[in-house]
Parts: sequence; structure tokens; C-alpha cells
Amino acid sequence: MAKDKRMGLKEKYAVMTRGLDWETSYQPMDDVFPYDKYEGIKILDWDKWADPFRLTMDAYWKYQSEKERKLYAILDAFQQNNGQLNISDARYMNAVKLWLQGITPLEYAAHRGFAHAGRSFRGAAARVACQMQSIDEMRHAQTQLHAFSHYNKFFNGMHGFAHLRDRAWYLSIPKSFFEDAMSAGPFEFVTSISFAFEYVLTNLLFMPFVSGAAYNGDMATTTFGFSAQSDESRHMTLGLEVVKFMLEQHEDNVPIVQAWLDKWFWRGYRLLALVGTMMDYMLPKKVMSWKEAWEIYWEENGIALFNDLSRYGIRLPKHHEVATKEKGRVTHELWSTLYQYGNALGLHTWVPEDEELDWMSEKYGELFDTMYRPRLLHFRAQEETGKRYFNNRLPMVCQVCQIPVFFTEPDDPQTQCVRIVEWADTKHHCCSDGCADIFNREPEKYVQALIPPQQIYRGEAGGARDIFEYAEWLHLVKDVDTGEYHGSPDHLNWEAWKAELPTPQANSDEAA
Amino acid sequence: MSIELKTTSIDPVRKTFDHIAEKIGPDKAATRYQEAIWGLQPIVNQHYRPTWQPEKQLYDASRTQILMADFDDLIDPRQYYYGTWTIQRGKQQDSQEKNFSFVESRGLLEQLDGRWTEKIHQLIIPMRHVAWGANTNNSYIAAYGFGAPITSAAAMHMMDHLGIAQYITRTGLILGNNSVHVLDDAKALWMDDPVWQPMRELVETAMVTKDWFELFVLQNLLIDGTLHPLMFEKFDVLVSQNGGAAFSMMNEFAIEWFTESSRWVDAVIKIAIEESEPNREHFNQWAAQWLPRVRSAIVPLSGLAFDDQGDRVLNEVFDGMNARLSKLGITG
Repeated sequence: MAKDKRMGLKEKYAVMTRGLDWETSYQPMDDVFPYDKYEGIKILDWDKWADPFRLTMDAYWKYQSEKERKLYAILDAFQQNNGQLNISDARYMNAVKLWLQGITPLEYAAHRGFAHAGRSFRGAAARVACQMQSIDEMRHAQTQLHAFSHYNKFFNGMHGFAHLRDRAWYLSIPKSFFEDAMSAGPFEFVTSISFAFEYVLTNLLFMPFVSGAAYNGDMATTTFGFSAQSDESRHMTLGLEVVKFMLEQHEDNVPIVQAWLDKWFWRGYRLLALVGTMMDYMLPKKVMSWKEAWEIYWEENGIALFNDLSRYGIRLPKHHEVATKEKGRVTHELWSTLYQYGNALGLHTWVPEDEELDWMSEKYGELFDTMYRPRLLHFRAQEETGKRYFNNRLPMVCQVCQIPVFFTEPDDPQTQCVRIVEWADTKHHCCSDGCADIFNREPEKYVQALIPPQQIYRGEAGGARDIFEYAEWLHLVKDVDTGEYHGSPDHLNWEAWKAELPTPQANSDEAA
Repeated sequence: MSIELKTTSIDPVRKTFDHIAEKIGPDKAATRYQEAIWGLQPIVNQHYRPTWQPEKQLYDASRTQILMADFDDLIDPRQYYYGTWTIQRGKQQDSQEKNFSFVESRGLLEQLDGRWTEKIHQLIIPMRHVAWGANTNNSYIAAYGFGAPITSAAAMHMMDHLGIAQYITRTGLILGNNSVHVLDDAKALWMDDPVWQPMRELVETAMVTKDWFELFVLQNLLIDGTLHPLMFEKFDVLVSQNGGAAFSMMNEFAIEWFTESSRWVDAVIKIAIEESEPNREHFNQWAAQWLPRVRSAIVPLSGLAFDDQGDRVLNEVFDGMNARLSKLGITG
């Protein structure tokens, strides 16, 4: 037998993936892969798919097991040494709570969504890439749970995250976002999550949390964040490949992909309002402001990426200029809302300290000083007279992004922005033109959305008649999980621990 | 002399998350496995119907006929979450890698009698397509199963099958001196040779089976549970006895993996059977329906592998399967 020349990496990877596949004949291919045509994406040749990373399972196991060994060794050490005491301040914990309640569940959802995509594409190499991401996402859900598990033992608001995730009004923002993606077809799913979210917007999600953790002494989160970084790079590469592949396969795909990019840019941007607010308000030690992050990661990098795609006929996503106009406002508008609805929140809220207000003045300038600082100082004054302000009514939320309708008009930060859309003789409210456009493109989808305040009014929230009964139904303990940070058990325990007092305060009413 | 270490001691305010405490009791410490899998999948308040299957919810228990009060009960006796799974696979990968380089560097497979090399070409190399089918089918279970315990473990099983398909591919490349002709020939057999057609037909039928638990039984219990013993136990031993110990080294992962993962397959089925009599009935019915088809798909393979001993070996393998089924409480 003649000795053939050695195979190249590319060729070798090809026999390890698409070489395994075959054209079925006992069952029609369309029955085996029923979901990869109905979105209208035309694929002429799946073999043109360029493998974004050529990782065979043996190499995958080798790298991932090395990472996992290190990660768990550090988590063990963190737990053994009361690593929770090294965070900058217990207020920081609210960033972790938000992550556990809002983001970790999305990692599991991503595992399922990529399993669906990894079963749906008839191109074997695309399927393998999605499957690998599916198991990676499961990794991220589980490592996050293991990192946060220790914090849950010492801080409130995390214990009932699984119950809260599917019921709380503010968590229907991330939940509806991801279920929107998962309920779309496999091509739209990977466009939304792999490209729009993980490629275009990832630095606005991942960086703030992980750098925020690093700045605030959170070793557990920092460690899994760094450990997940190489997974994330692979996922970003997949996102770019999927979009280029669709655009290169057929010109008819271009308008479909453009509509998805318009939709998912805006949907992702709205979700990031939560992240930006975390950056500006929940991090005692600030990394950068939301405005600065938006400027670097969208106005510079994001726009440059879209310019690269213009050769395929892709333009900048609709309403991106509105997002840029809002960069000085969204986080302040959202924090004020969270602050007010604090009785139905599994997070604590507070008025920032003076030096933080000064930081915001420096970062946000005149708009902050004229509009938001006075409001925060008013809240503080009320608090000092024992009348901490809570809005105990229910907000009207956007039919699409599910954020309460409180954002302001793009060109007027003093006027509330509300858009009314109609479908089947029923009016619905949206927070912006971006969300109204999304609604109008698929009204039959968005009328299905479950809107928590409406569910409460309909008695579908355990029959809760007010915000306090609603919070109880969410399994939130009043003033322990909810409400003001100052004087909360988290706050008092933190002070006691830092003063090296051995016993924590009990979770009881006396703390309130 | 003893060394006294001074550490800060702080009492935690709780042991674990509420949904874990509900299952194990409030005073118990949870394991990492429990925290990694329970309660992860949403069940209520799902916002939109999937456009790809509007008659169902995104997460929908009715994608199988099996009913469970709590699908989180379908736990894995190996207690695999991503970390434990990948660390275990990393070790096995390391060992398998050493085997490959040892066999390859010494040209050990070249010493094998041509008659056996030929059989490996015909029987083992096409198995990479069977493993790929199993990968596809487990990705179905990961996508449409209900509850994180089953989807998480199915996703690992999916990647395990991809790993096996790739290890077999490497064996094929070694046998072909790094040319793809061995793989191409094996694919031609898979596509057209009468010996493989009943198996290919079965695998393709599995790919359109809609009930994920039925697919679990068909793929992970019945197909793998007979084909793996036939190929990686019986045939592997036969080749070893005929001077092919090196061949056995190529299969180390597949052999170990089968024993290990069968514990999970059996446990999941057993838990579902013990849940209710109607569940048991479904398993009985599925075994009765699929086992004869699996058997007829394997008959020609056993004949090719063991010549005149084909029937005897086939009976041994299916006796083993029947014993496994009765241990599970299934009357096939």
C-alpha cells in the first residue's frame, strides 16, 4: 500500500465532521431535517460552510478538562477561605443576584437553543459547531451556579432564583428575549444569539460583569469569567461565520438577515439596559460608564463591523442612532424605576454615595446634573426623613422588550416615549419605535407575550391583589430580599462580618 | 507538635437554593451535581409558541408519552455535570491518545493479518456513521427532552458519540496510511452494501422518531446496547485473539464508555418505569416493537463478523440484552 501524503488540518477536520454525514434515503432528508427551510433562507451548498474553529472532541476534552480542573480548584479555595468577604462592598452582591436571576437561566436556554440548531441544520459541520456551543452553554450555566452557590449561603435574594426567573416582572425582560430567539427558526436563532448578541454586543454584556467582578474583588465570578473567555471567542467566531455563510449563499437571504439584524440589535440593546444600569449603579468600584462602553463597543467597534458587512448589502441596524442618543439616559431612567419598584424586586436598591454621584457627573455631564442628580438627591432626602419612596403600583410594560414604559423621546429627555400598536382590534403599548417595529413585523408572535402586570390584574399571579402579595407569590421575603439596601440583612450582616463578629444577623423582621 | 491554623468562621444563613432544599430537605448540604441540574429548565410562563412547532410550548412535557411528576427525578448515577464529565473524558482522551501514538509509531496495525484488516474495514469503520446517527439522535433528546437532568446528560452523550465517531475515523486513517480511501470505502458500504442497509434504515428511522423517550430507548438502550457489545466486545476479542491486540487499543474509549454510560441509560429508564405502570407499559411496548427490528438489522453484521459462529454470538448478545431488559422490569 502506497503511503499517502499527510493530510492538512482542514482536510482532517472535514473527515472528522462532514465526512460522518450522509444523504438519507430510507427517510426523506426533509423529514430528517424538518426545520431548516421554513424561514426562507436558501442554502445552495452546505459544503461552503467554513468551519470557524476546527476542534475535534479529543482536543476539546483536553482543553476543557484542563480549564475545568483549574476553575474548580479556585472555587474550592474561594469557598474554603470565605472569599465572599473580599468583595468591595455588599452592594456589589446585587450585580451577582442580577446575573444569577437574569443571565444564568439564559445560559441554560442557550444550551437548549443550540441543541435545537445542532439538530436542525442539514449541514454536518454547522451542526457540530452548534452542538459544541450547546454543551459549552451548559457549562456556563453550571459553573455560574457553582460559583454563585457560595454567595447564596451568605446573601439574600438568590435563594429562590429558579422560582423568580419564571414569574418576576423584571426577569421577564431577559426571559422573553431568549424565548423570542428560541421560538424563531434555527437560522434566526443563531443570528440573534451567536451574531447579534454574542458577536456584536458581547463586550457590552460579558465585559461589564466580568470586569466588574474583577474590580470588586469577586474572585469566583472573575475566575469563571476568564475560564469562559475562550469558549466565548469560539461562539463569536461561529456567529460571524453563520451570518457570512447565509449572505454568501444566496442574495435572497440578504433582506431576511437584515430584518433579523434590525430586530436583534434593538432587542439586545434594550436587554443591555439592565447591564448598563448594573455597571453604573451596582458596582461600588466602577469599571467604566455605560456611555463609555457604548461609545467604544458600539460606536467604534460595532459600526466598523457593520461597515465590513456592507459589501454583502447589509446596512447599519435600524434605530441604532436612537440607541446612541439614549446613551446618557437609559441607565439613570432604569435605576430610578428599579428604585421605585423595590418592593417587588429580588435586589436591593439605594441612592448612590456622594462620590459616586460625582463620578456620574464626570461621566454623564450636564444632563446628569440637571435631570438625574436632583431626583436621586430628592430620594435621599425622603429617605432621611424616614419616607423612603416606593411606588407600590404596577408599571405598564412594553409588549416587546417588557421593560416598563419609562424611556424618553429620542430628542427630548423630558417626555415619556410611548408607542401604541394595534393587532386584532387590541391596542398594545411599546416603549420605542424600535420595539413597535418589532411588534408590527410579527404581531401574532408578540401578542402571545405574557405581561406580568396584566397577569397580576387577571389574577394569574397566585391571586395577588397588590405588589406585596405579588412579592410573596414570588417567594421574596419583604425587606430581606426586597427593598432598600441600607439597613437590610445583607447590609447589617456585611458590617458585622467585616467587624469580625462571628454570628450573622438572623433573617428576620428586626432587620427592617 | 500540632500546628494551629487560625481561620475566620462565619455561619452561613442557608445551605442551598430553595428548589434544591425542597427536594433534599432544608438542613442538608447540596451536591454540586444537584445544584448543577435541578430546577434549571423553566416550566411555566413561557412567552411564545415555537414557530417551528406551534402546537407545542418551547419546553413541553408532552413531547414524550412518559409522564413524570417531576422530570428532575431523571438523575444520572454518574452525577455528571459539565465539570465532572469533561475531566473524566479528558483523562480517557489522554490514555486513548497514547494508544494511538503507540500503535501508529510502531506500525502495529500493519502486522495484522489481512483477513482481519479486511473485516475491520467492513465492520468497524462504517460504525462511525452509526455513531454519527447516535450523535444526531442524542442532540434531539438534548433539544426536545424535558428537564435539565436529561438534556444535560443527553448533550454529553451526544458529544461522546461524536468523540467515538472521530476515534473510529482516526483508526480508519491509520489503516489507510493517512489517506481517506478506507473511510470512503466504508462510507460506500454504509450507503450501499446489503450487510449495512438494514442498520442504516433503522438509524434513519430513529432520526424521524418523535417521542424523545422512545428514541432514547431505541438508540441508547437497544441499538447501542446490542451493537456495541457485538463490535467492541465480541468482535474486538476475536480480533485480539488473532493477533490484533493493537486493534483493541484503538477501541479503549468506546469499550470503557459503553460500560459507564449504560449505567446512566439504565438508571433513567428504571426511574421512569418505577414512576408508574402506564410508563412501564410504554417501555414494554417500545421494546416489543423495536427489539426485533434491531435484531434483524444486526443479523447480517454478526454473520459477517463471526462467519459460521454468527448466530451463536448474536444469541449471546441478545440474551444479554434480554437479561438487561428484565433487570429493568421490561418484558420485551
